[in-house]
Amino acid sequence: MDIVVDLLKAFAVGGGICIIGQLLIDFTKMTPGKVLVLFVVAGVVLGAVGVYEPLVDFAGAGATTPLTGFGYALAKGTRQAVAEKGLLGAISGPFSSASVGIMAAVLSGLVVSLFAKPKDK
Amino acid sequence: MSISNEEYGRMAKRLSPNSPVVTDCIKAFIFGGSICAFAEGLNIAFSYTSMTQEESKALTMIILIAITAILTAFGVFDTIAKHAGAGTMVPITGFANSIVCSALEFQTEGRILGTAAQMFTIAGPVIVFGCSTAALYGLIIYLFGLY
Amino acid sequence: MATRRGKTIITELKPKVIAFASAVGKKEGQGPLSKEFDEIYEDTTMGEDSWEKAESLYLKAAISKALAKSGLSKSDIDIICSGDLLNQCIGSSFGIRDFQLPFCGVYGACSTMALSLCMTSLMIETGAFTNCIAATSSHFCSAEKQFRKPLEYGGQRPPTAQWTVTGSGAVVLSKDGGRGVYIDKIHLGTIQDLGILDSNNMGAAMAPAAKKTIADFLSDTGTKPSDYDAIFTGDLGSVGSELLCELMLKEEGIDLGTVHKDCGLMIYDRETQDVHAGGSGCGCSGSVLCSHILSGMHKGKYRNILFIATGALMSTVSSLQGQTIPGIAHLVNFRKG
Repeated sequence: MDIVVDLLKAFAVGGGICIIGQLLIDFTKMTPGKVLVLFVVAGVVLGAVGVYEPLVDFAGAGATTPLTGFGYALAKGTRQAVAEKGLLGAISGPFSSASVGIMAAVLSGLVVSLFAKPKDK
Repeated sequence: MSISNEEYGRMAKRLSPNSPVVTDCIKAFIFGGSICAFAEGLNIAFSYTSMTQEESKALTMIILIAITAILTAFGVFDTIAKHAGAGTMVPITGFANSIVCSALEFQTEGRILGTAAQMFTIAGPVIVFGCSTAALYGLIIYLFGLY
Repeated sequence: MATRRGKTIITELKPKVIAFASAVGKKEGQGPLSKEFDEIYEDTTMGEDSWEKAESLYLKAAISKALAKSGLSKSDIDIICSGDLLNQCIGSSFGIRDFQLPFCGVYGACSTMALSLCMTSLMIETGAFTNCIAATSSHFCSAEKQFRKPLEYGGQRPPTAQWTVTGSGAVVLSKDGGRGVYIDKIHLGTIQDLGILDSNNMGAAMAPAAKKTIADFLSDTGTKPSDYDAIFTGDLGSVGSELLCELMLKEEGIDLGTVHKDCGLMIYDRETQDVHAGGSGCGCSGSVLCSHILSGMHKGKYRNILFIATGALMSTVSSLQGQTIPGIAHLVNFRKG
């Protein structure tokens, strides 16, 4: 039963965050690229001021899967890196926290481009 | 008699149909929510293994990215995204799709100057601003001893 | 020699349409004009490894077909005048390279079909040219790649967005011959910019230019819309067409009524083909002119028409720099004698 509740929480919070994105696209005519930048920066800021952490505790993947969660992970990772390495951590932290996401996307992009081609619509 | 830019702007706005916001939002909620629930399901499944929480989160992210890459390669992702809108764009799937689709599109300009160079045309700003904001945050907490 | 009245040029030699041909892609081939196109190539890659090369082959196919229909041989052609949307007009230059004929590249964005017709008409009027080809092309995939997002990018198109036509049109114009269809007047348009910034709403950006060109032409010639069997605009789509009619009524007091038709609304079935506000691109007005319109004239369905191809003269750079979208519209008055 707990599992179902967890899944529902993730569904509701994740879907809710997506609605915010949809409203921005439909109403402000912001290009998707700008919306994504806004989301990741918002994630870093909310993570930094400690607002995003409780949301992650509550919704799990519902909060970590959207790009705001990516931003939150950057803030969290950077904080840990600063705690461990001092000022150097402010430089090394962001990229190391983003490394899994970026590398997975880069590798899959490279592999896929070896065998697939874009198709006409 | 000549119309002013402002007047024409209002006229164009009046005659331009708006996006179906309510339908868009419902679809974004359902698709986005489903992706997040799927990710949560993976996290829960991995919690029964010997993986640490960090490892299971990383693996979940990798799986979502890999699925996105496959759907993009087969030309299915954009068909789903046409309906899902922000529902597929805001989760990590949108980030992965933007990298994979650029890699695919520009392969005709070569592996190095096409695929590799253009991979980050859409995702680049996300990384630049995300990481720079995080670095700024790191600097602030270092200077004020907040860590 | 041709004469001018206001901004309108009245031809003297009356360049004749001796042949025309259209080559389109799969989606266009599934649309309402399906039976009227000369060639429908289902495989929009045309067997090539890039969309740019594929676009050139559509152009080449349309020109070759028009040439074959004209009964002329390649050596009879004095010049080819063509343009497209791709940077530095590579669609045209690579498509025409193998013909080994004099080439005049023109850029008028989606207004190119009318622009190349205007240029070739003037060339014939000089007396130095006998047979000329006017052509244009566009390809959905190469246009998306250059102006919008990679094809496999997952995004939504707003309802005002238009669908770039994969296709090409070519007209063989000549001093003599043909089956009675000729160019009576041409009118090169003036750039109009009423401050539209949204590159997903090209119809709105181009409508003022279409209005200006049509209004200027009607006043130069002292005619009214009902004097024509049809007034075809290039690719205003649903939003641009409504704006054109409203602007025309509001500013000039002219009712375009049922005479006005838009190629962008004719080429696709908007209900079933998911093209939002309609078709666009050089190939939109190009392929509709070189199928439905000119064959309608040959058959006598239309005897006096205005063809106004509209173009949005922005680039990705000017849009990123926050510049508004300037529009242009060139007009060709075809008549059947």
